[in-house]
Amino acid sequence: MPTNPVLSLDDVTLKFGGVTALDGISFDVRSGEIFAVIGPNGAGKTSLLNSISGLYRPQQGALTLHPTPQRSSGQGNAATRALELRRTAPHNIARAGVARSFQNIELFRHMSVLDNLMLGRHVHLTGGVLSCGLYWGPQRRAEIEHREVVEEIIDFLEIEALRHAQVGTLAYGLQKRVELARALALSPRLLLLDEPMAGMNAEEKEDMARFILDINEDRGITTVLSEHDMGVVMDLSDRIAVLDFGRLIAIGSPAEIGTDPAVINAYLGQAHTETAPPA
Amino acid sequence: MRSGVFFEKYSEEMALRPYPLQRMRLGLFALAVVIFPFIASPYWLSLANQVAIATVGALGLNLLVGYTGQISLGQGAFLAIGAYGSGLLTLRMDLPFWLSIPIAGLITAAAGLIIGLPSLRLKGLYLAIATLAAQQIVEWVITHWTWLTGGTEALVIPSPKLFGFRLDRDFNFYWFGVATAALAALFVANLMRSRVGRSFVAIRDQDIAAGALGVNVFRTKLVAFATSSFLVGITGALIAHYRTIITWERFTLDTSITYLAMIIVGGLGTINGSFFGATLIVLLPALINSVGQSLQTTVPAAARILPFVQQGAFGLIIILFLVLEPEGLAKLWRNIKDQFKVWPFSY
Amino acid sequence: MDTFIQLTLSGLSNGMVYALVAVGFVVVFKASDVINFAQGEFLMFGAYLCFAFIAQFGLPWSLSVVLAVAGCAGLGLLVERLVLRPLIGEPVISMIMATIGLSSVMKALVNGIWGPRPRAFPSFLPEGNIEIGGAVLGLDRVLVVVVAGLLLFVLQWFFKTTREGIAMRAIADDNQAALSMGISIRRVLAVAWALAAVTAALGGMMLANMVGVGQEVSHVGLRVFPVVILGGLDSIPGAIVGGAIIGLLEQYTGGYIGHGLNMIVPFLVLILVLMIRPYGLFGKRIIERV
Repeated sequence: MPTNPVLSLDDVTLKFGGVTALDGISFDVRSGEIFAVIGPNGAGKTSLLNSISGLYRPQQGALTLHPTPQRSSGQGNAATRALELRRTAPHNIARAGVARSFQNIELFRHMSVLDNLMLGRHVHLTGGVLSCGLYWGPQRRAEIEHREVVEEIIDFLEIEALRHAQVGTLAYGLQKRVELARALALSPRLLLLDEPMAGMNAEEKEDMARFILDINEDRGITTVLSEHDMGVVMDLSDRIAVLDFGRLIAIGSPAEIGTDPAVINAYLGQAHTETAPPA
Repeated sequence: MRSGVFFEKYSEEMALRPYPLQRMRLGLFALAVVIFPFIASPYWLSLANQVAIATVGALGLNLLVGYTGQISLGQGAFLAIGAYGSGLLTLRMDLPFWLSIPIAGLITAAAGLIIGLPSLRLKGLYLAIATLAAQQIVEWVITHWTWLTGGTEALVIPSPKLFGFRLDRDFNFYWFGVATAALAALFVANLMRSRVGRSFVAIRDQDIAAGALGVNVFRTKLVAFATSSFLVGITGALIAHYRTIITWERFTLDTSITYLAMIIVGGLGTINGSFFGATLIVLLPALINSVGQSLQTTVPAAARILPFVQQGAFGLIIILFLVLEPEGLAKLWRNIKDQFKVWPFSY
Repeated sequence: MDTFIQLTLSGLSNGMVYALVAVGFVVVFKASDVINFAQGEFLMFGAYLCFAFIAQFGLPWSLSVVLAVAGCAGLGLLVERLVLRPLIGEPVISMIMATIGLSSVMKALVNGIWGPRPRAFPSFLPEGNIEIGGAVLGLDRVLVVVVAGLLLFVLQWFFKTTREGIAMRAIADDNQAALSMGISIRRVLAVAWALAAVTAALGGMMLANMVGVGQEVSHVGLRVFPVVILGGLDSIPGAIVGGAIIGLLEQYTGGYIGHGLNMIVPFLVLILVLMIRPYGLFGKRIIERV
């Protein structure tokens, strides 16, 4: 696996008034890996993901999205220069190829699954008001072309039967899957998943884990996920970063993290079997 | 889901009326629309013209409020800009109306951008307040800049001419009005099944997630406001050329509330709803009037309070629909259609 | 110099009326995130109700004021119960549109019952003038400034220190947390709306003393928006300062510039504030957590 970094964090600090959510965080996420961020509740996992996707603006530090080393057609957005995420608006971060799912599902509740996914194609579709309002040849063809891309994702994530369902009516586990599909629809080169398995039963978790693995292996998409379920994290990830009170206390392979005394002290405890609490 | 209908191409499934039954209904409606002016009395014909014009305005407002989820109280002001814009262009600069109407639309769109720029960066309620301010300012400009608008006097506009026909008769205007309404509906429908329309709804539902998917929320809101204002400006221009006499009283805050009533009652974020709402709100005053007339004999005070009953009725109908059927008449229509989908079985 | 003092007094007295109405608006917003577009109509109702008791029922003014206040408090409670409560859980946009509808209904009611023509209001504030430093000031306006100022001071104290006031700020901040602390949201919202109606009504009565009742009164209600945007949508001190500034600006513009500009200067200020400093003088920036 290539070790060139896709994302680099350097001494990132985020404060909300008197509360320090992130304290001097530094790490790299390497191309093509599954990188997990774990830690107790309030450790800063969501703040970290929000900072990467541009929703929060850390007061200090650098968050750098590196350019892709070469153009590859399946990778979606190729960038030619590094992007300083702290100074970039969320929609431009998305344009650069960063897609995410949310801890509390943020699907467009009144739209169908299909329309939600088609929105994932927003950065790839062109067409302004006039072009769309007239729905003339080129626009029509573009819509159909991207519909085909979305259909491929629908197949991949096995949600064919739900295409036209209004997402607000779907079961929780399926909504999470649709959110994953929507993030995929952006054709990202960095995928951020915020507790993708929260609130799922064992079977749903297995399915989700399988999808995340497939996404990473088949499509080579670098994935950063925050998660509570230790078993899942240990099985899925290439590397793990452990946060505690906003600070990075350990980073390494699952084996290394499992035996790190600082981590065990802060988080894992003894003879610990974690059943992930619902988010 | 309908059984027995299979599509072979995406383009078929993504069409505006993919199912044969829908196409049939649309065809019947079109037929009714075409036959109507030949059998209707002048009174009903004028009502129909008002409905057509109001539909365009309702579509414009719905684009902003229903689909993009932004509240605007400036409908009256933007109608005024479109009306006075087009009226003055034809009156003072002798522009033909088929040119002045779109230009008036563009002028109104520009006004929308001006109001939208400071307020759309902020939460939705700020736009509501900003459009309220715009409403007051435009009203003031109309009544005080007499050199431009004739002040509180009426502005008289010559009636428009199309293909040699004077559109001064309800019968003649009908075709023009209906065609414009149909084009506006088609425009909005196309918009909503494509990229731009989806981004509007995304902003309404979850603007943060929309941003995370690459939607430039601020810019898209501006586009929504400008497009909506364009349609509203065209509506105002239509009003000017239909009535040929316009005064500022036609474009007050009450007008804004009337249009909000149209889309709330009709159904926010639906095209059918814009039409249903426009129809109901246009017909309501006529209805109240006839009820008032018949009550005249028994309750003489009725005549005095009639205009206020009208004003209050719009407000009341907004509240009633919000509480009882927030999805409006469009939802009722969908319920009726659903009933017939499985008729004669009830499940 | 004389004109300046006159204009200042007029501006301040008008401004205090605006501030009263604005405080009610802010209370509702702080408690429920709802923009009450009918706040101006509460003002109108208060003025007309008081007028009815004094002029049409012939009651002494003190009793009329009390009755009018009670009536408006009742109206506020009724509105909260019938219009806002059924909409709890709906998006805020629905509640805001309900208040828009409400403003229409109330305006129609007032016009229907009392008619749109202006009426002479039997003023109960003392007539006559007092002299301060050579300038002649209308006693009624001076009293309005003093009384309104006191009321506003009391309200501010109410929010800072009493349980009810703190409860109101709590539920605005976080419904769930407030509930778990035993605060009854329904009761607090009811109190908020009653308070909003009462402050508007008091403002309306004072205004009526100065200028009478008529269609103009409902236009005053619209002034509340420039005031709260300038002061900050969630700030009571902001409402007071904003009210004073807008009141003064109106009078100075009318007195020194004229051309009817005083009518839209508040709204121009509103747009300006939105462009430069949208949260107003004292408003708070809110972070939205995902």
